[in-house]
Amino acid sequence: MKFTKLTAIAVAASMLAGPTMAELVFPSLSYRTGPYGANGIPFADGYSDYFTLVNERDGGIGGEMTKVVECETAYNTEKGVECYESTKGMGSLVYQPLSTGMTYQLIPKVTADDIPMHTMGYGRTSAANGKVFSHVFNYPANYWNGASVAVNHVLDVNGGDIAGKKIALVYHNSAYGKEPIRTLEELAKKHNFELSLLAVDHPGQEQKSQWLQIRREKPDYVFMWGWGVMNQVAIQEAANIRFNMENFIGIWWSGSENDVIPAGDAANGYKALNMHAVGNDFPVFDDIQKYVVDAGKAAGAGDQVGTVLYNRGMYAAMLAVEAAKTAQGIHGTANITPAMMRDGMEALEMTADKMAGLGMAGFGPEFAVSCENHGGPGLSSVTQWDATAKSWSQISDFSPSDNDVIGKLIMEDSAAYAAENNIEEGCK
Amino acid sequence: MSANFYYGIEVFLNGLMAGVMYSLVALGFVLIFKASGIFNYAQGVMALFAALCLVGFQSGQIPFAHVINATFGTEIHHFGWHMPALLAIVCTLMMMILFAFLVEKFVLKHLVNQEPIILFMATIGLAYFMEGFGDLMWGSDIKKLDVGIPQGGNLWLEENTAFLGGDDFYGFYIDNLDIWATIFAAILVTALILFSQYTKTGRALRAVADDHQAALSVGISLRVIWVIVWSIAGFVALVAGIMWGSKSGVQFSLSLIALKALPVLMLGGFTSIPGAIIGGLIIGVGEKMFEFLIGAPFLGGATENWFAYMLALLFLVFRPQGLFGEKIIERV
Repeated sequence: MKFTKLTAIAVAASMLAGPTMAELVFPSLSYRTGPYGANGIPFADGYSDYFTLVNERDGGIGGEMTKVVECETAYNTEKGVECYESTKGMGSLVYQPLSTGMTYQLIPKVTADDIPMHTMGYGRTSAANGKVFSHVFNYPANYWNGASVAVNHVLDVNGGDIAGKKIALVYHNSAYGKEPIRTLEELAKKHNFELSLLAVDHPGQEQKSQWLQIRREKPDYVFMWGWGVMNQVAIQEAANIRFNMENFIGIWWSGSENDVIPAGDAANGYKALNMHAVGNDFPVFDDIQKYVVDAGKAAGAGDQVGTVLYNRGMYAAMLAVEAAKTAQGIHGTANITPAMMRDGMEALEMTADKMAGLGMAGFGPEFAVSCENHGGPGLSSVTQWDATAKSWSQISDFSPSDNDVIGKLIMEDSAAYAAENNIEEGCK
Repeated sequence: MSANFYYGIEVFLNGLMAGVMYSLVALGFVLIFKASGIFNYAQGVMALFAALCLVGFQSGQIPFAHVINATFGTEIHHFGWHMPALLAIVCTLMMMILFAFLVEKFVLKHLVNQEPIILFMATIGLAYFMEGFGDLMWGSDIKKLDVGIPQGGNLWLEENTAFLGGDDFYGFYIDNLDIWATIFAAILVTALILFSQYTKTGRALRAVADDHQAALSVGISLRVIWVIVWSIAGFVALVAGIMWGSKSGVQFSLSLIALKALPVLMLGGFTSIPGAIIGGLIIGVGEKMFEFLIGAPFLGGATENWFAYMLALLFLVFRPQGLFGEKIIERV
């Protein structure tokens, strides 16, 4: 009798603690602690706040309320996998691990569990081939697009000819940092520029050797694939050797306020790529202020709204919401499953009208996802830091990357993965 | 001489400067280990905490503002004043003394006569506590630290040495911050040596370092000495925090500078102040020269961390107590 009562209490408690069946669950593998916490916090806040906005303003997605289940990973791959295992049974619709290391670990797991994963601007680049990576999506842009857009920007600045120019890549000595090397090597052959590679070990607090080498070799441009403290130190060291900041271009993970503020005025003119807009001059932010921040329902203190990484988290959440709506439309039910969510992501179409309707006109590029292309068209923009105004401004439109080079590399890499894992290419 | 030769000298000089920066962190470890036999895992976090306090005092930030706002629904963040750097450093120093007092009262006092591994584990706990406490008190955003120390290459040196190696040589590059770090480290080490050799407290400190029991038997208070040593280590952590924080901003990663001190300690010995300095210089020069001559041209670069630990390991094999450490002979 006593055992039956205890069981009943436990079941009741788990029902109260866990999401109800009618909720759409979006896990957030966040990192608010550890060496990368300062970057993880605004992303997690933006991600969470957008779902709160959807609940408060729209009454959820298609009438179903959303629930964000947050799990702290501290940017640690093992903890990330633990978080995945502990939340996947809650009906989690899509995972966004915000870590290339975790992405590599989760690719076989999500595929086996029939749960989609969105790695927006990170992760395994060749996952853009949906015929091999059925459950992994990396729209709207990936690292190889980033590398190509950076080269295209340099081409634009130099009237289309960069033959003989020297470009140095300062990269985090990890799977993430090494991602653009192959693309840049191909582009170096195509455009006849000289590429030099400078690895920086984690965490990147000491980079004297790399910047002395840059001072000696005098590259015309420096590209950076950094994260965390590596970015701040690199920007300071570049300023120390009086490297022209206008010729220093970081990937989107090296382009937040956190990266440039410690260097103060010396960071003025530094450039970074981005796959979404910067600033808070969009109607959606008025709604966030009204329905989320002023209502006391913000995930954080509300002081991150409009920062680059907050916007990225919010943009990722918006794309998840739109994919969920698409899935609801395809399957004719509001209460979608992870498998249905995958279908929604594969059929996602982001048009200018749709974004304008969300109060985010021009916030991101227009794109459509398909089975063959889980990565979208790979459009990204260039932003530049104004140290006086303490703000980023977008100095180029969302422009295309060199898909002749990238498409071939994606096919090669994904075919190798398919062969290693006995995957038969095809659409679901 | 070719430009490459002079660039080699430049790398050597920068290695020395980097070594000084490592030594600043290693010194804090040495002070505490020497006086109490504790390997203080929290030394890196102390540097972070000191730098957080310094920026917080300087910018007039209200401690625990986020907690207060979340609890009471208020919107307070700053006092509205900007404290001069020197006054902020003094306030931070007071904070580190308070920290030393609290560590002694709530941690060390209860662990007297425990095995060194227990004390080491306690400092691991302390490190994690301090990480969270620092974030709670001052927030986890990345903060700019500016106490007026100039940064950037020394122009005078560059211009006056550019003639040495022909057109391909641009003059020696030395960061002004590193020059100041060297000056501060020299003053710090001199002051520490004078303090331990010529003051009554310094002699008491050395007595405790030599033999706890004997020091107790002649009336030296172990608890007072521990508070003094942890306060001095707090001051050293503040200097390290200022120098490293000026480069990267004040953020969690500042606590990871401890990783750079470990090979220095293995090489210089855990109980020698000059050892921390010499060890730092050897590691700094060794890793930078290896990267310049072998790492970058032949191994793809990023060899510095690896080389520092390899060098320290080699020293351990031939001289386990480090260059200047005390040789421990335990009779069975």
